Amino acid sequence: MRPAAGTAAAATADAADGIAADGLHLWRGDTHVLQGVSLHVRAGECLQVTGANGSGKTTLLRALCALVPLEAGRVCWRGCDVHLDPLAFRGELAYLGHDNGLKGDLTAAENLHYAVGLRRRVTRDESGAALERCGVPALRGVPVRRLSAGQRRRVALARVLLSGASLWLLDEPGSNLDAAGSALLSELLAAHAQAGGVSLVATHQALELPADAQRRATLQALSLTVAPVMA
Amino acid sequence: MSEARTGFLAAALLLAARDLRLALRRAGDSLLPLGFFLVITTLFPLALEPSLSLLRDIAPAALWVGALLSSLLALDLLFRDDGQDGTLEQLALCAHPFAGMLLAKTAVHWCLTGLPLVLVAPLAAGALGAPYAAMPGILAAVLLGTMALSLIGAVGAGLTLTLRRNGSLLALLVLPLAVPVLIFGARATALSIAGASPAAPLYLLAALAVLAATLAPWALAAAVRIGLE
Repeated sequence: MRPAAGTAAAATADAADGIAADGLHLWRGDTHVLQGVSLHVRAGECLQVTGANGSGKTTLLRALCALVPLEAGRVCWRGCDVHLDPLAFRGELAYLGHDNGLKGDLTAAENLHYAVGLRRRVTRDESGAALERCGVPALRGVPVRRLSAGQRRRVALARVLLSGASLWLLDEPGSNLDAAGSALLSELLAAHAQAGGVSLVATHQALELPADAQRRATLQALSLTVAPVMA
Repeated sequence: MSEARTGFLAAALLLAARDLRLALRRAGDSLLPLGFFLVITTLFPLALEPSLSLLRDIAPAALWVGALLSSLLALDLLFRDDGQDGTLEQLALCAHPFAGMLLAKTAVHWCLTGLPLVLVAPLAAGALGAPYAAMPGILAAVLLGTMALSLIGAVGAGLTLTLRRNGSLLALLVLPLAVPVLIFGARATALSIAGASPAAPLYLLAALAVLAATLAPWALAAAVRIGLE
């Protein structure tokens, strides 16, 4: 999409629904990675950000969850600047990065217990159900070190699913997943949107999603603007 | 979906439990610094001539240089794995103060690598000819000193998180900051061995430990956040 004029960007930031980013600028060394990115993803929507390797998809997601500081622009979650109350924002956020965030020496179930436990109390039944939903029910007692890359990704998806977060920021969630895994990912995203959740997915291969729940944007020429969709 | 949200204390305890469980699965890693400390302190009596007064003279230096180097060796364990597998990133994104969570991690790290030093310090001091009467003073000094060393070292480990060969830089960063701990620790040990009261250097060591405990978590959180960028 084209870089937008300031007017569209200003309109998005006021939205009290979902996540809105307004004029994000970020430099990495001499590279101007994010050149005025503005977007707004509302409750029940999934935005797929596609783009060539190195176009800044990961940086955009990391900037949205404040892992990298922005040079300009602001990110609002439900109408509040996330820098004003970062803990409340992080409480509603589930982030899946390139690294799965799993400990190799712990079993899949232990990983879920400790990782999700930081957010909310989770029972064995719940973690078992999440692993089953993600297609790896038999692996709950297996150390993650011994799992294949795709199986680890599924366990990491189970962590996102179990977190109960309303905002999902997923960075290449389909990496290492087989065809069934990609289908599962689409199902999870559609169900999340159905439940009123917000998701942003950075991916180089667009996922198939119900048309009413998703929008796609291509991170092109290092800038992206997604104007609010007219209802 | 905010049912049964985990409070900060529960989250910190859960993180501590996770780190303890991981350390138990890799017990060798945590015991390495302890072995290093014991070897260094027992090498001194072997290398020197067998004179008790000479041993007692060098005991404080041997103990504290050993403790300092072994705490430096242990720092590698603190954030390396968590940084590599992405769990540190997840910790930075959980809904609890990052400084507090890192303080919990550092506390577990001290329990695994500092506390064992405290427990074997009387043994090592005994091997260096320290009298029994000196043990309480030495124990207190090593207890406070290793706390301060773990906290100071954690900041260094956070700063060098992203560097591939971070060992030598870590030593350069941490050792100068650890000099006050070395000075007062060695002084408290020397006074204890001489039969004098080690109270003054112990108070200063305690002050250093408290200072480190209050300032280090913030520095640590800032350092690790830079590393995660």
